[in-house]
Amino acid sequence: MIEWLLAPFVYDFMQRAFIAALIVGGLCSTLGTYVVLRKLSFIGDGLAHASFAGIVIAYLRGGSFWIGAAIATIVTALGIGFVHRRANVSLDTAIGVLFTAAFALGVFLMSRSSRATLDLQSFLFGSILGVSRDDLFVVLGLGLVVALVIGALWRPLLYTSFDPVVAQAAGIRAGFIDYVLLVILALTIIVSVQLVGIVLVAALLVTPAAAAAQLTQRFVPMMLLSCAFGIVSTIGGLYASYELHASSGATIVLLATVIFFAALTASVSRRPRRVP
Amino acid sequence: MNAVEVRDLHVRYDRLEALTGVSFDLPEGTSLGIVGPNGSGKSTLLKTVAGLVLPSAGTVRVQGTAPRRLPPGTIGYVPQIEDVDWKFPVSVRDVVTMGRYPRVGPFQRFSENDHRAVARAIEALDLGAIADRHISELSGGQQQRVFVARAIAQEPQLLLLDEPTTGVDAATEDALLDLVRGLVADGLPVLMTTHDLDRAAEWFDRLIVVDRKILADGVPDEVLESGAYAGIREHTHTHGHRR
Repeated sequence: MIEWLLAPFVYDFMQRAFIAALIVGGLCSTLGTYVVLRKLSFIGDGLAHASFAGIVIAYLRGGSFWIGAAIATIVTALGIGFVHRRANVSLDTAIGVLFTAAFALGVFLMSRSSRATLDLQSFLFGSILGVSRDDLFVVLGLGLVVALVIGALWRPLLYTSFDPVVAQAAGIRAGFIDYVLLVILALTIIVSVQLVGIVLVAALLVTPAAAAAQLTQRFVPMMLLSCAFGIVSTIGGLYASYELHASSGATIVLLATVIFFAALTASVSRRPRRVP
Repeated sequence: MNAVEVRDLHVRYDRLEALTGVSFDLPEGTSLGIVGPNGSGKSTLLKTVAGLVLPSAGTVRVQGTAPRRLPPGTIGYVPQIEDVDWKFPVSVRDVVTMGRYPRVGPFQRFSENDHRAVARAIEALDLGAIADRHISELSGGQQQRVFVARAIAQEPQLLLLDEPTTGVDAATEDALLDLVRGLVADGLPVLMTTHDLDRAAEWFDRLIVVDRKILADGVPDEVLESGAYAGIREHTHTHGHRR
């Protein structure tokens, strides 16, 4: 049994993949609590796609992947916030416009390039098995920054998630908190996209938190459960993909989805009155 | 000193002039009622004092300062309709505890004083028995009490209540009246909108009648006996018919 459990770890690249999966799974699903409660699922998806433009530009110019993705994603995140606040455009419309634009820009630039085309598949589902040592340090560093920001601002983040109007009247700068959340969301997405791909990031930001919301009616337990589900999905999915010789990203998403439906079933059977 | 000073206030929503040339004072330790027909700008006036709506002209001063420049925790606001997600994972106690959040800095822990303020607010609104319930399990009156409790736990220096008695039972209304009179007696200035003209004299030291501008301003009994009162009655009536 132990031998079976440790089998994947004989490879360096597998060790790195498991560490990356642990950090990304925990980070995305923890932040996902805010994403789900603030109904920002579409934003997570949008920012993940937007990062693609930055990745392509960085690739074509031979620049740093991280810097390219960071610029594209943060600019899109702030753009979404700005367009929504200043113009008379609803949030989902602002996101719909901006993220498709950023994604299209990436595809446009790639299609005009004479250099060998990027492997689109690896950006959709990631290449967690190709994580380098340097990547791990960047992930760890950005992960710590995000954790620190959540730690410092968790009260205003919670208050403005629940009741932004009254929070602002009480002197909490709700607009500033919104922008901070968008930026740390963008950072998390940038970190995660290279490792696990666009589709997986969007799933990890929503599915574990949505599963946790089925099982508890308190905020802190929801965040802890979400984090646990995220880590179980990424680690478990990585194991399963190793055993099944399947795409790691897709296996992780499918495992997270199985957890979600299990939670849904558990909550429905526990609260039959709630079923419409 | 005045807790609130509003001078020649104009507020526009797009092309609609919601308030025009409104001026009044709220002295420290007194209560001021705002009455007026539906759509008269009562709630807008409260939101402007709270700093949630910016004036297009004129000034609002709370303790001599623009509302948005006040230290966190100064203004306690209870909106008319709580537009919150009732499935949000918080209990009654969690919501009341949020009242303290503006006063607690990053990485700071809750002090003895913070815990006491929350306990007192729960006690004052008689929420002890339901403190651990999820917010989706509350009646309308209980919901209103929770949001008033959150504002009280904040220990604000100005309390803004937007029609707190609309849609609550008689017992809750009496309890809120006692609470507000007690807070005012302890020196807290209160600004509140209401539809209930009959009990205005019990609630307020002074009353203003608003219909985009100020129609009357004075002691409740005098204001209600003046013509402005009849005007509102008719107005409210026709509004009701049109809907």
